[in-house]
Amino acid sequence: MAATAVAALNRIRASSILDITGLILVGLVVIWLAFKFAENPQRFLDVTMIGLTVGATYALIALGYTLVYGILQLINFAHGDVFALSGLVAGTIVVSVFGLDADSSIPLIIGGLLLTLAITMPGFALLNAAIERVAYKPLRNAPRLAPLITAVGMSFILQNVGLALYGPSSKSFPNFIPRTDAINIGGVAIQWNDVAVYSVVVPLLLILTWFVRSTRQGKSMRAVAQDTDAAAMLGIDVNRTISLTFMLAGALAAAAGLVYMLQFNMRYDTGFELGLIAFTAAVLGGIGNLQGAVLGAVMIGLVQAYNEGLDGTPGSDWTRTIVFGILIATLVFRPEGLLGERTPEGA
Amino acid sequence: MTSIAATLDPRRVETGKLAAIILIGVGVIYPFIVADLRDLPLIGDFVPGVRSMVYVLVVTMMALGLNVVVGYAGLLDLGYVAFYAAGAYAAGWLASLHFSQVNIHFFSTATDGLEGIHISMWVVLVAAGVFTTIVGILIGLPTLRLRGDYLAIVTLGFGEIIPQFVRNADESGFGFNLTNGVNGISPIDTLGFGGTIFNSDQYYWTAMALVLLTIFCCIRLRDSRLGRAWIAIREDETAAAAMGVPLMRTKTWSYAIGAFFGGVAGAFYASFKLGANPSDFFFTFSIFLLCMVILGGIGSIWGVVTAGLILGYLNIEGLANIGAKMQEAGLEFDPTKYQFGIYGVIIVAMMLFRPTGLIPERRHRIEIEEGVHDTPFYDVQTEGTLTDRDPRDD
Repeated sequence: MAATAVAALNRIRASSILDITGLILVGLVVIWLAFKFAENPQRFLDVTMIGLTVGATYALIALGYTLVYGILQLINFAHGDVFALSGLVAGTIVVSVFGLDADSSIPLIIGGLLLTLAITMPGFALLNAAIERVAYKPLRNAPRLAPLITAVGMSFILQNVGLALYGPSSKSFPNFIPRTDAINIGGVAIQWNDVAVYSVVVPLLLILTWFVRSTRQGKSMRAVAQDTDAAAMLGIDVNRTISLTFMLAGALAAAAGLVYMLQFNMRYDTGFELGLIAFTAAVLGGIGNLQGAVLGAVMIGLVQAYNEGLDGTPGSDWTRTIVFGILIATLVFRPEGLLGERTPEGA
Repeated sequence: MTSIAATLDPRRVETGKLAAIILIGVGVIYPFIVADLRDLPLIGDFVPGVRSMVYVLVVTMMALGLNVVVGYAGLLDLGYVAFYAAGAYAAGWLASLHFSQVNIHFFSTATDGLEGIHISMWVVLVAAGVFTTIVGILIGLPTLRLRGDYLAIVTLGFGEIIPQFVRNADESGFGFNLTNGVNGISPIDTLGFGGTIFNSDQYYWTAMALVLLTIFCCIRLRDSRLGRAWIAIREDETAAAAMGVPLMRTKTWSYAIGAFFGGVAGAFYASFKLGANPSDFFFTFSIFLLCMVILGGIGSIWGVVTAGLILGYLNIEGLANIGAKMQEAGLEFDPTKYQFGIYGVIIVAMMLFRPTGLIPERRHRIEIEEGVHDTPFYDVQTEGTLTDRDPRDD
């Protein structure tokens, strides 16, 4: 009895020291941000807008990680590369197939982009499901690390497919969405570019939430995530549900690819870094948790924007270090993430 | 029973020993026969030079170090390149012109009176190993409590942070010129005794000695109390803990020892290349080493050595040689461009069709064939949208 009590006491003490350290770190960052806001509110708000837009893109990728992890407990390493490949393919469709350029009329551009989404989303949904069938499904009962290692291999294969098809140079959309202010509320400018991003991301997030919460398929996804064996006993087709999850993740990655192309250039290896950032976002929010992925993605987007946009920060040379520092800190201080629940075993 | 009998079969042991002795013998005289081998018809163009062989041996040694972490203890480390970097920079700090503020000499091959720290490279090899071990422990302590796949990502994170750190840690980025930024530290002193410095052949023999020493350590470690504890953890963490294996300490040891080999190999190669350059330290290198461990057989020393020699050769010369032959044959395909795609295919194909590797380790084969109760001791359970109960479901 005494030993148990001492152990319990130690555990509480240890975890509270960790908690306090973590809280102090977060507190310092908040104070520093408030200071920066007071220094130059206009700049701060502009940078915040950039961070939110980037974060929205990350959210789409992070959701793919979290969906798959929630159901298979697999870190789908190849997800970032599915995203990158989809962006490159979207670029080809927009430029070479539809022939859109900066002079195209606005309805044509909107229609073209929507049609591109209508092609890439189902296409990459199928690709992602096919990857699962070929590379992960045979390993479902293997030691846990086996599918993870396979996923790393898949990631390299996809990267090299991108390299073979598109070469080592960056690809981009023609500059057809003007980077001029669409809305300007009290000095906070939202550019057309941002509007385009949000008009893809927000509906998709709503549809996804509705799908997971309210449809029969969504319910079976949650059931499989909770307990695969019990779900199978109750007549849920587990394989189909897993395929469906990978399809959802692939479709979201394809949307993210297009949205990313609206803002930046894409290279065959962009997906590696973006994938890791998005994975960090998913872990930060609590992996397996959909709202958590979005929250984490927005936070990572903001961190990146503040680091690269404000004065007195380490700057873009250190972005990767900071993002991974956050990942490591999350796993050390709060491995269940921001929105996850703490369990007794939570290391 | 049959499998134990098979390993104890005296004939098998003898054949293995004989093969090893022949291989070592050919290895030792290789620098003398390489010129003749290159004149051979057909295969002559594919014979690697001595300098390439040094690289091949160095990566083999690193793969053996990674095998201690991944193969023995079953901890997936995706950031092994960090140890390579740590070893290379430790050599850079202790045996080059880098810290020109001071002037320290200790049995070095460098000219007397040359500024900077110049410790004998032999001492530096050990010092770099120790330094990298400390780095490994520092990385390991906060992260080894995590479950396997999380650990993989955290090591990957460190594998990205440390190279970025060495790229940026100069005066403008860090305030103090620790790593000389993108230029790297160069030149690093060469190995040697007194005034004589080693040439490629001597480097090659040293590399061979290091690999043999590593193999010896790996065999002894595998059969030691610590090695058996690692394998117990790999097979079933909970059961190992219940039998009294201290999880954290045992895992940290695997990390530290794996790091040590990486550090020594890194310092050795930096000395051979005469420099530590940040462009050498990329994530892809970690995967390259992992590919050797997978291809050879997780936990299998001879498998990893075989795969290390094959992939090391392909990476430094083989793919280029094959590419050149294909160009001659009129094929427009450059395999060096797709080397990592090729490694990706190898990894996926091995995991799907022969997860035990080319030369399987007995214990690991049993694990794969009969399965293990791979329940993690520490687990992060997530309760969120996917797993939450929706009141409307009831």
